[in-house]
Amino acid sequence: MTATNVHPPSGQNQSGSLAGSIPQELQPALLAKLTALADDLIVLSHRNAEWTGHAPILEEDIALANIAQDQLGHASLYLTLLGELDGTDPDRHAYFRGAREYRNAQMMELPKGDWAFTMLRQYLVDAYEVLWFSGLKESRVTALADIAAKALREKKFHLQHTALWVERLALGTDESHRRMQDALNTLWLYVPQLFQPVEGEEALVAAGLTPDLGEIHGRWDSLVTPFLTDKCGLTLPTEPAPDLSREIHSEDLIYLLAEMQVVAREFRDVREW
Amino acid sequence: MGGEPGALLSTGPTQPAPVTTEQVWEALKAVPDPEIPVVSVVDMGMVRAVDVAEGGRAVSVTFTPTFSGCPALHVIRESIGAAVRGLGVQDVTVQSTLTPPWSTDWINEDARERLRQYGIAPPAPAGDDTLITLEPEPTQCPRCGSFDVRMTASFGATLCKRTYVCESCREPFEGFKSV
Repeated sequence: MTATNVHPPSGQNQSGSLAGSIPQELQPALLAKLTALADDLIVLSHRNAEWTGHAPILEEDIALANIAQDQLGHASLYLTLLGELDGTDPDRHAYFRGAREYRNAQMMELPKGDWAFTMLRQYLVDAYEVLWFSGLKESRVTALADIAAKALREKKFHLQHTALWVERLALGTDESHRRMQDALNTLWLYVPQLFQPVEGEEALVAAGLTPDLGEIHGRWDSLVTPFLTDKCGLTLPTEPAPDLSREIHSEDLIYLLAEMQVVAREFRDVREW
Repeated sequence: MGGEPGALLSTGPTQPAPVTTEQVWEALKAVPDPEIPVVSVVDMGMVRAVDVAEGGRAVSVTFTPTFSGCPALHVIRESIGAAVRGLGVQDVTVQSTLTPPWSTDWINEDARERLRQYGIAPPAPAGDDTLITLEPEPTQCPRCGSFDVRMTASFGATLCKRTYVCESCREPFEGFKSV
């Protein structure tokens, strides 16, 4: 991962180290939040990378690889902060934790499915991330605001791209519409978990470190719902969403991690890879 | 990485002459962008600060990544370090910063022209407006200058580019994203 190569500039945080600038009582919640944010991106990035060499056309193969690479870049920004707070090594974080230690939302680990499923999942996440980063940009902690400002500039290309695909497939043929509706029927149940706070997140919001997820959920709904229904002619499922926890995962994550981590775990002593 | 090529160069009976800020900037102008070698890291606006200390014997360079997932970051970091050590400086620090985030508006005029000659449409002004719009920015064919172009893919061979075809001269080409 590139994260090991990204070092914080000296003198960026006025009060010295990042850890020193965050009140002690807020640190556990911030560590949990950064872990959840990074894990979401690591897992989804890997799922998207599974299309490399398999996408419907070459341009889309390249596009999805680009998106996956950006997401890994954003994960590494979060991991750099995590490292400054508690000494986490980005490579150990990504490659040497098992499924029970990962804190990603379950939507990220679902198998890649067909192209409609992949594009819709990425669209739902892109809309959420664009709004999340827009909020995080106002963080009182410079290091968090910096990450958001950087990532937001890259996210707009993802959202433009996936929104076009969702629309194209939803309004394409009967078959493409059916597949997009099927994807929505599954993915919609996993949406609420994206907006579920981690333990102690209310305190981070109150202290101005991170944006309020409830507010972001409202803005997400007014962006995504009319797009899916009015513009794309899809029907939102009415089935109630299950209660999901970031500490519990499907077996899909076990296989994903096995593939993602095998080289690192097999060759532990390697100096550079 | 194994060796320190700069260290080999600077071993000798005499102490190397101290360097000036201008000399460091000049040296960095020769460091190519690893993915678009017709422009340098200075042309791209990636070098944000050069600090020369200890009477010209310690140099610190601050650069900013273009895209956060750019796989060339470590190559850029090493090339910057090697260029400064090539001046005979042994105490070299290369650090990165995210603030302010890199913008294609920082690519200098001369480099825009070289990008165009290389066949890459230079980026349109990005401005400070990061509002999400679904309209891609206007792009001009780098070969015939026509605005009658069609985007064929919104992502290209590197994170910073997209691919187009010109409807006037029929040439496919790459264009820089505006960020």
